Amino acid sequence: MKKDIYQIRSNEPLTASVWRMTLAGDTQAITAPGQFVNLAIDGLFLRRPISVCDCEPDRLTLIYKVVGEGTERMSRMKAGDELDLLTGLGNGFSIGADLRRPLLVGGGVGVPPLYLLAKRLLAAGLPVQAVLGFNTAAECFYEAEFRALGCGVTVATVDGSAGVKGFVTTAIAHRNLDFDYFYACGPLPMLRALCDAVPQEGQLSFEERMGCGFGGCMGCTCRTKNGPKRICKEGPVLEKGEIVW
Amino acid sequence: MVDTSVVLSGWRLDNPVVPASGTFGYGSEFKDFYDLDVLGTFSFKGTTREPRYGNPTPRIAECTAGMINAVGLQNPGIDAVIYDELPRLKTFFHKKVIANISGFSVDEYAYCCERIDREEQVGIIEVNISCPNVRHGGMSFGTSPESAAEVTRAVKAVTTKPVYMKLSPNVSDIVAIARACVEAGADGLCLINTVLGMRIDVRRRRAVVANTMGGFSGPAVFPLAVRMVYQAAKACAVPVIGCGGVQSARDVIEMMMAGATAVEVGAANLVNPYACREIVEALPAEMERLGIERLSDIIGSAHNDEW
Repeated sequence: MKKDIYQIRSNEPLTASVWRMTLAGDTQAITAPGQFVNLAIDGLFLRRPISVCDCEPDRLTLIYKVVGEGTERMSRMKAGDELDLLTGLGNGFSIGADLRRPLLVGGGVGVPPLYLLAKRLLAAGLPVQAVLGFNTAAECFYEAEFRALGCGVTVATVDGSAGVKGFVTTAIAHRNLDFDYFYACGPLPMLRALCDAVPQEGQLSFEERMGCGFGGCMGCTCRTKNGPKRICKEGPVLEKGEIVW
Repeated sequence: MVDTSVVLSGWRLDNPVVPASGTFGYGSEFKDFYDLDVLGTFSFKGTTREPRYGNPTPRIAECTAGMINAVGLQNPGIDAVIYDELPRLKTFFHKKVIANISGFSVDEYAYCCERIDREEQVGIIEVNISCPNVRHGGMSFGTSPESAAEVTRAVKAVTTKPVYMKLSPNVSDIVAIARACVEAGADGLCLINTVLGMRIDVRRRRAVVANTMGGFSGPAVFPLAVRMVYQAAKACAVPVIGCGGVQSARDVIEMMMAGATAVEVGAANLVNPYACREIVEALPAEMERLGIERLSDIIGSAHNDEW
């Protein structure tokens, strides 16, 4: 965990409501894909947690959806502006030694943290399949970026305007995707449907309203089969086998 | 060299800066940010007899200059605190700590306080009769002078360490409650706990937190806290720990002028994990600017109403 000032390098919309912000600064505290940063926004009391989409030693990419006042203010920030970030928060995705054929499953703004994970899996020499689910074609983003990394990508949209018509679970069945383990991030109903639909084990990243983002306030606790866990500290990534729906 | 030390019931603190219960866990999360020995001390998470999961999520709501929490006293229970948390704390914190104890019955308060009283790492027992986030417990004991006094008497009967009662601001007469605690034997007071508040998600037309209401804290409550500390400290001849909305060294000084001997910092820790260390570091320069040589000299210095 590290608190530092970062400088915005770019901030641009990818769709009508999803934005990508790149920041310059020291990212050494970020140790795993699936971790998040918590950023201070002038005029708002609590920090806003955003998952890390990509990270290099001196550069950070965040993708966020404008859903409230905090993210709305973020979308108005400009290159050159400075942001106070806590980085390296949370327990991210881990890559098991016996992993062979991972499947990434992202829904909407749950897609971004899977990007850094895909890079790490590919770097470990593993073939990566990704299923990216959105509501409509207009809401799709990052399909090309995942392909450019070398992932096999299947897009699903609820209205059928792009890729397979239906949910991510429809796409997995439709394409008969072969995988031995999955990694998922997306809306709660998607995560639950996925766990019900596939027998494989996996890791899932959860979201919860947070106070501090580093385990101090107990604001984001959820029940698991291994006792209460803080989404910001022991999470956001939990294993399928421990989840209490 | 200015002197930042203060004395709480015979316990000398290097400085009056104390992270408030519920914002600092049992210290583990913050030791990764800085050396906690720079603090005066800290007040650990409100602890009950049994482990508690707390309320369903969402438990947190953003507010203007503050936040609402409805955590609901999540804690691992008194056994885990004594057998796991305190030994762990000893490895990275070398001062005594304030033990914050909560409960759902007078017996539970007495039981937990008696247990924690035997721990040499505990300097003061802070009895939380003011948690707004649980039913039939917490705040329900702190909103009438009679029940506040009953808890105080029960705890005092089974303890040897100083007992400070943590008071709720959600009362019509803070002085009556404060006096009732002191008359029942309290060695000190701590105030204020959070203010009962509520936010509504206007799109969904329902409360933001699952518990509907929660405790409002943050800089917005600072004037309320200063006023109540002033009233309680003026009315009672015991040390007062001031708490509520403190964000800076200057706020600490203002709270002390209102009558606080030490000052707890709560919500600020959640926004800036370094908040308390920064306040400790800023205190000497702020004292010099204000011509204060010994911080303990200013306690209650605003009590003279003639100006």
